[in-house]
Amino acid sequence: MTKPTLLVTRRLPAAVEARALHDYDARLNHDDTPTTPAGILAASAGCDAILCCTSDRLDAATIAALPASVRVISTFSVGTDHIDLAAAAARGIPVCNTPDVLTEATAELSMLLILAAARRAGEGERMIRAKAWGGWAPTQLMGAQVSGKRLGIFGMGRIGQSLARMARGFQMEVHYRNRSRLAADIEQGAIYHDNDDSFLAASQVLALNAPGGAATRHWLNAERIAKLPHGAIVTNAARGTLVDDAALIAALRSGQVGFAGLDVFEGEPALNPEYLTLENAVLLPHLGSATTETRDAMGHLALDGVDAVLAGRKPSAQVG
Amino acid sequence: MKPRLIVSRQMPDDVGARIRAEFDCPFPNGQDLDAETTLRLLRDTKADALLLTSHLKLTAEVIAALPDHVKIAATCSVGFDHIDLAAAKARGLPITNTPEVLNECTADLAFMLMLNAARRGHEYETVMRRGWRQGMGMGEMLGIRVWGKTLGILGLGGIGRAMAARARGFGMKIVYCNRTRLAPELELGATWYPKFEDMLPHCDFLSLHAPSGAGTKGIINAETLALLPKGAVFVNAARGALVDEDALIAALQSGHLAAAGLDVFLNEPAFDLRFAELPNVSLSPHMGSATHETRKAMGDRAIDNILAVLAGKPAIDPLWS
Repeated sequence: MTKPTLLVTRRLPAAVEARALHDYDARLNHDDTPTTPAGILAASAGCDAILCCTSDRLDAATIAALPASVRVISTFSVGTDHIDLAAAAARGIPVCNTPDVLTEATAELSMLLILAAARRAGEGERMIRAKAWGGWAPTQLMGAQVSGKRLGIFGMGRIGQSLARMARGFQMEVHYRNRSRLAADIEQGAIYHDNDDSFLAASQVLALNAPGGAATRHWLNAERIAKLPHGAIVTNAARGTLVDDAALIAALRSGQVGFAGLDVFEGEPALNPEYLTLENAVLLPHLGSATTETRDAMGHLALDGVDAVLAGRKPSAQVG
Repeated sequence: MKPRLIVSRQMPDDVGARIRAEFDCPFPNGQDLDAETTLRLLRDTKADALLLTSHLKLTAEVIAALPDHVKIAATCSVGFDHIDLAAAKARGLPITNTPEVLNECTADLAFMLMLNAARRGHEYETVMRRGWRQGMGMGEMLGIRVWGKTLGILGLGGIGRAMAARARGFGMKIVYCNRTRLAPELELGATWYPKFEDMLPHCDFLSLHAPSGAGTKGIINAETLALLPKGAVFVNAARGALVDEDALIAALQSGHLAAAGLDVFLNEPAFDLRFAELPNVSLSPHMGSATHETRKAMGDRAIDNILAVLAGKPAIDPLWS
């Protein structure tokens, strides 16, 4: 029996590509060349399935022009902003994604951002690498203690809940802001705020873990930053659009925000260059899910979706 | 009349403010003094007490030269490698340190180094400081997930237990090596190994929280590193003397160790510069206790020890008895 044909748009972890080659007549992108809608259309001729990434653009026109042979689109991501779900539904093409498997990796990155920012990890590392360490001193590179502080989590979904669990090991008091209050067994003693003012006033450490989109665009603006305790620590491992960059940069300069740890940026990878001039910001290039375990799990879940649809079963993770 | 104090090292402002309020002290915020200057100032001011840090070596010679009116020397540190305790005891000079108050901050930093090493924080921050502007493939530059792995702890004392508490929040399994097994309420489900070598094959991550001494010097060497699983991550926020640095560098270069997070080095600050060239290490300049909160607590603890002894009471944290 011939294997079904699968287009894999970008380079994926080795274990995932090996499985794709084993189970499918797989068309891989060995050079990891960025795609264009026209390129995807050309490469998908005769394909049964497409395994795509957030860097691919599957807009309405592209989906409408896909060959009739394509029976499923599976994306190597949780987010589906890059796929026109309505257009896929109109064509009757199911869309699968990879939820849940990046929860812990992203939450642990949030905790790393909190610790690295508060403890001035970037400055210490740069001092050492520049071979400029003059010796231990009682006042050298003094940061802020993380353990025992109040942590405010904006967006208490799965990643926020996982971060709360990690933070409890640091004896942090967890506060959260969410559309609705969670059940007590999920809340685990975390303190719910039904308004921004009391939430911000409580947040000695503020961790953004909410989805992007119009409703949260520039949520962290100058007005809200002013309501944080002076010297607060701010981290963002969710979406760059949550932050008004100019306001956060000004607050990092004035000291209203003591330290920031940022993994995501509006307009990334072309982040606001002012960030690069700040010593009190720890900056990472959107690596929330960048572990071997997590990327493998994402790839396998995306392939599970393709397997299921082509076998006529319902996939475990389907968005459209 | 206030007691007279000499402070041999610069102190945080809030510690200086308390010294100014409670002591007669020429430099309440401290100056960086060498042994000779310290001795001269102690004599000239008829000082009752000395507050020092590890930069001032209280050798037998220096202790012998201390004037009799000095009734206590308090080091603002946990470590006391810089003090000849036998000489102090022979002279009857109380010596105190500042234990416990830095447990939480040191564990915070050790955990940060573990996360940063596993998630390749240094390499990624280098990408950022160069301006990013490059996409990264889904299989490129991947780190190691910490969540759910096994953490081995050498030395489950105050800091080791604080490290274990943090690791439990990450769903980690804890194994530990101590000379004696801890009580269940301290062990909290961690698995005890009496022999260090027997624990190592189980460690995805290994973090040191033992003091340095004859029994632990160079305990991390080519033989013990080889017992770790390939791709393990090593963390040291305890003491540089625990490590044979040639062996550690070789293991990091060969890839036997995936990464390391290091806050302490055999020679500080003149650390082995080969570390600065390695991409797969996260380095910090001995800043385990470097927070405003903890440095204030350490200063307070040192001052409390001095005030206790000068009031004729027992020291809170005596280093000999």
